[in-house]
Amino acid sequence: MTIEEVQNEIIDEFSMFEDWEERYQYMIDLGKDLPLIEEKYKTEDNIIKGCQSKVWVHANMDEEKVNFTADSDAIITKGIIAILIRVFSNQHPKDILEANTDFIDQIGLKEHLSPTRANGLVSMIKQLKMYAIAYQTQLN
Amino acid sequence: MLDVQKIRKDFPILNRTVNGKPLIYFDNAATSQTPQQVIDVIVDYYSNFNANIHRGVHSLSQEATDAYEQARIKIQNHFNAKESHEIIFTSGTTHSINLVANGFSSLLKKGDEIIVSALEHHSNIVPWQMLCERTGASLKVIPMNENGELILSDYDALLNENTKLVFVNHISNALGTINPIEYIIEKAHAVGAAVLVDGAQSCPHIKPDVQALDVDFYVCSAHKLCGPTGVGMLYGKEAWLNKLPPYQGGGEMIAEVSFEKTTYAGLPHKFEAGTPNICGGIAFGAAIDYMNNIGFENIAKYEQELLDYGSEQLQQIEGLKIYGTAKEKTSVISFNVGTIHPYDIGTILDKMGIAVRTGHHCAQPIMDFYKIPGTIRASFMFYNTKEEIDAFIVALKKAIMMLS
Repeated sequence: MTIEEVQNEIIDEFSMFEDWEERYQYMIDLGKDLPLIEEKYKTEDNIIKGCQSKVWVHANMDEEKVNFTADSDAIITKGIIAILIRVFSNQHPKDILEANTDFIDQIGLKEHLSPTRANGLVSMIKQLKMYAIAYQTQLN
Repeated sequence: MLDVQKIRKDFPILNRTVNGKPLIYFDNAATSQTPQQVIDVIVDYYSNFNANIHRGVHSLSQEATDAYEQARIKIQNHFNAKESHEIIFTSGTTHSINLVANGFSSLLKKGDEIIVSALEHHSNIVPWQMLCERTGASLKVIPMNENGELILSDYDALLNENTKLVFVNHISNALGTINPIEYIIEKAHAVGAAVLVDGAQSCPHIKPDVQALDVDFYVCSAHKLCGPTGVGMLYGKEAWLNKLPPYQGGGEMIAEVSFEKTTYAGLPHKFEAGTPNICGGIAFGAAIDYMNNIGFENIAKYEQELLDYGSEQLQQIEGLKIYGTAKEKTSVISFNVGTIHPYDIGTILDKMGIAVRTGHHCAQPIMDFYKIPGTIRASFMFYNTKEEIDAFIVALKKAIMMLS
């Protein structure tokens, strides 16, 4: 699936929810199911700055596809990052770099996109794209 | 008696909704809300007598200067300072602390000691660390116990003839502990050390008498007591303020300037370089009037009721732990629920229109003491109600259910 197809699939899922409660409950459940990062990658270097909760992200590339794993000590943050990982994992670095993140607005999580919000969703996206830049450079 | 329903009408912001729910504002320790009486003063200033102060010969400038200086006198009277020039307008508590810390750079030497408490806000730690780096003085810390109270016997043991300064907050922002500043000041003076009390958290709840306390410096911010942001004050004993060198150079703070030599203006102007926050200063005075009209005794009594009620309700929630259970504390409740991250609870409460603080509250050493990443902090002011606490408890239970 392309990034856009995954995003559309997520938009479809979220459109079924009637209110914030259902949306957040879903995110909390996603957070609980998030594939955990291996302990050895939960290092200071892998912490994303700018989050009130701790967020660790690790990436690797396999056959020109980038894969992400992550963890956080806050469950809503984990839910948000689970959504991001679903969108960006198993994609070519170039596609990750070119992808936009407007779908976040469309699934009713716009408030988390504010750069001043302490959860650091913006920092997370930036970090995922930084990994993509690094892998893209390797491919060039 | 305090008529909370009447008081609530003074605060336009309390009528708004957040995420479709009526706002319940429990982040008062971060900043308080502004009553119409103070908003009116701000509007009146810019509508009718905005001008630069102290140097204009025209009427407008005179009116603005009069209003600004009257505000200084209101603050002087409120804190019972001996002289109005012992009140320095600053941009807030942090500015006030930095002004004093900077001034002491030239008064300290290697081997001197500075004491701070374990309960401090970062703004009352970092400037002193910087001061120690500049001067070679060393920083000592008064430890706290599990309840969030300072261990006074350890404080006694830290004091000696090398102690030059003691810095302590009147009330801890993270836990609400009211510190025994009378004792701390008396003991510090006995070894010849000066004391600065950070009143950022106390000024909305307590009316301190700086002369009775015999405190050397007392600092606070207007926005914590229903005034605007960006303005605050430094009280300093005249003798100390004369000893400290100016902090910033600029207009207003000089007597005479030539390229060979500049002489400085007297107090308070020596520390008030440049055009100050004139409107803010005047509104600060209006905020003090507003608080005094309600009466600090009434405020303290009512807020104690809110604290008791809130603590009692929260303690009934399974797995909830309150941090900071000092015998003397103000209307601040810091807590966690089980292993749920404070950020998660804060986010869900926000969806239900409730504003609380989450995180380390700029007091990481306290969080390290309890070995937690942070807490949820609900802080009440005299315009909050028991009904709001009830709604908060219902919302909190819902958040816990969603997150468990």
